Amino acid sequence: MSMVSRRAVLAAAGGLVAAATVGCSANTGGGDSGGSTTVKVTMANHVWTENVKKAIPEFEKASGLKIEITQLAEDQLSDQYNVKLNAGTSEIDVMMYRPLQEGRLFAQNKYFADLTSKAKADATWNLADFQAAPIAATTYQGKVVGVPIITEREVLYYRKDLLQKAGLSVPKTLDELQAAAKAIKAANPDVAGFVARTSKSPAVTQFSSFLYSMGGDWVDASGKAAVNSDAAKKAYAFYGGLIKNYGPANVSTDMSWPEAMAIFTQGKAAFYTEADSLYKNATDPAKSKVADTVGFAVFPAGPAGSKPYNIPSWALGINDASKNQANAWKFILWATSKEQTLAQQKGGIPGARTSVWADADGTSSYPKDLAEAIAASTKGGVDHDRPIVAQVVKAREAVGQPIVDSIKGSDVTASVETAVKAFQAVLDTEKK
Amino acid sequence: MTSAVTTRAAQRDALSHWANKHRRWLFALPAMTFIVCLIAFPVVWTAWLSLTDASGSVRAESTFVGLKNYGDILTDTHRFWPAVGRTISFTVVVLFFEMLFGLGIALLLWRPFRGEKWVRIAILMPLVATPVAVGMMWRLIFDPSIGPVNRLLVAVGIPAQPWLAGEFTALPTTMFMDIWQWTPMVTLILLAGLTSLSDEPQEAARVDGASGWQTLRWITLPMLRPTLIVALLLRGIDALKTFDILIAAKGKGGGSFNEVETLNLYAYGLSFDYNEYALSSTVLILFFVIIVTCIFLLTRKREESAS
Repeated sequence: MSMVSRRAVLAAAGGLVAAATVGCSANTGGGDSGGSTTVKVTMANHVWTENVKKAIPEFEKASGLKIEITQLAEDQLSDQYNVKLNAGTSEIDVMMYRPLQEGRLFAQNKYFADLTSKAKADATWNLADFQAAPIAATTYQGKVVGVPIITEREVLYYRKDLLQKAGLSVPKTLDELQAAAKAIKAANPDVAGFVARTSKSPAVTQFSSFLYSMGGDWVDASGKAAVNSDAAKKAYAFYGGLIKNYGPANVSTDMSWPEAMAIFTQGKAAFYTEADSLYKNATDPAKSKVADTVGFAVFPAGPAGSKPYNIPSWALGINDASKNQANAWKFILWATSKEQTLAQQKGGIPGARTSVWADADGTSSYPKDLAEAIAASTKGGVDHDRPIVAQVVKAREAVGQPIVDSIKGSDVTASVETAVKAFQAVLDTEKK
Repeated sequence: MTSAVTTRAAQRDALSHWANKHRRWLFALPAMTFIVCLIAFPVVWTAWLSLTDASGSVRAESTFVGLKNYGDILTDTHRFWPAVGRTISFTVVVLFFEMLFGLGIALLLWRPFRGEKWVRIAILMPLVATPVAVGMMWRLIFDPSIGPVNRLLVAVGIPAQPWLAGEFTALPTTMFMDIWQWTPMVTLILLAGLTSLSDEPQEAARVDGASGWQTLRWITLPMLRPTLIVALLLRGIDALKTFDILIAAKGKGGGSFNEVETLNLYAYGLSFDYNEYALSSTVLILFFVIIVTCIFLLTRKREESAS
């Protein structure tokens, strides 16, 4: 009896030790400090990602590196970064991030590797070829921490057929837009005149062009919160009024671009103000019911002119805790090279290189009216589409509240007073 | 020489005898250590974080502030208390209907009938789907402009409803989604309880001339009470912590007006959106206290009914 149990105990102990060692060895996979040939890249769901994935096999052949991709939606990507970069993981080598959303916070928390010397070293790649404003957004305290890959401006998407049916021309001013939306909604009961993002935080960036075109901004010249200025009040009331009066019935106040785009591409709206980098979602017959009758126009002018934003929406950076920075840089060099940027531009992604914009071939595949709208927007564009702070999420929620209040029909005056206090509180707690 | 050998042999025997005697604990020890480390450490660390002002970056310096965070959170009538209210109302409503429908379906499935296997499979389908997929699916179905539900309603003449879009209809709609998905689980538990009941009391009642309803009310349900409480406990704890369908249906913060923001969503938002780790830990500790209280009350009721 005792012999059986002794054997049982020894066998069990042996089994446990074996299991433990298997478990341990499974954890210590790559991660050698010599720099492995596998580069781990995290990317967002975007047409840029689809394009780069197609080109990666030829890069892998040419360089001998292997690219391991993690692809997530924007919100999940932000959460991932928050968790992983906070923990100082080496699991991420190259990260696709939003300079205006996360750039400042990540730079303050020292998540980025300093790319200045690497960026200046390669003359063919040419750091100076990048447009000034995008590079400024990916530079922190004089150090280059990211390379911009996608730029976007706000344009007006519209339905050519509905406009023609109503006998209207493309609106050039915000008042014309309002009138056209009203007319089309009256003539077509189950089609909304206008649709746009309605969720408190996501709508802030698309609303910003309305704000600037009315003559306002998030902060005034001295840096104090200015969302209760007359121009801002007019902008909030205008945007909310457009959606409330001429938008979809029972409009939901949690629409980000996928939902708003779905309403437009299902043919349920006549006008849609959105970022131009998403245009393929409307012109691709596989994704859009109205692909053949979508037109693009420059953002309509308000009292202060047509002032859409013109910003670098995404950039590539290297995780400072990565053990593979040399190879990570090789990937970035390739993905942001002139050739790749031109290929991406042809594939529908407006990039940030001056030389590629000068090449007419780049925008040859774009709808003609879109290319014209982009060219016009690049000139007078505003370089930020949201408050320039580190605590962007809190700031967006603060200044986004009047948008949803306006959509619901509440009093804008009271709402902006709450918003300006909340926004000023965020500004006050910003690290200098 | 022989005495040394026999001493070693005796020691080996003594060791294996001891190991044999305590094999229960020895085999369970690794798992127990693992669980204690995995549960005790995070709870203690969360409690510690709630006493500091940690925010921004996890590796940044933080200072001890005592119970200040608790004061801030407990006096926050803008986000915290509405979240508590939503959590409780969501849980109560959802539990009520899930128990009701779960019991009803379990009673129907109790007696064997033809085709019961297929009916069982069909009823268990919602349970198999992942909550996030369920949330996204219902979000599309309930879309006010392009969703099938409103199109159906309009086709029969009822005006289109806002469903998830409405400020006051969003939470009830998510309650519906949760009931749709989790009633089968309650059904399963109650069915298991029902089949384990002995037939004799019910036969005796039938012989005595009791109606179906009377048998149910006075015989079956009281015998089923321990199982009912188990189902209530299991489903209740999960319902308090519901997260995935709420986030999938309304996005971060539970919608622009926090229409479906329960405590879990609020703590998540504090941590991931605002990077306010100390406040988030405070909310989580308070939430933990609420859940433990509920479990304690329910378990005591169960012990009362068992005795």
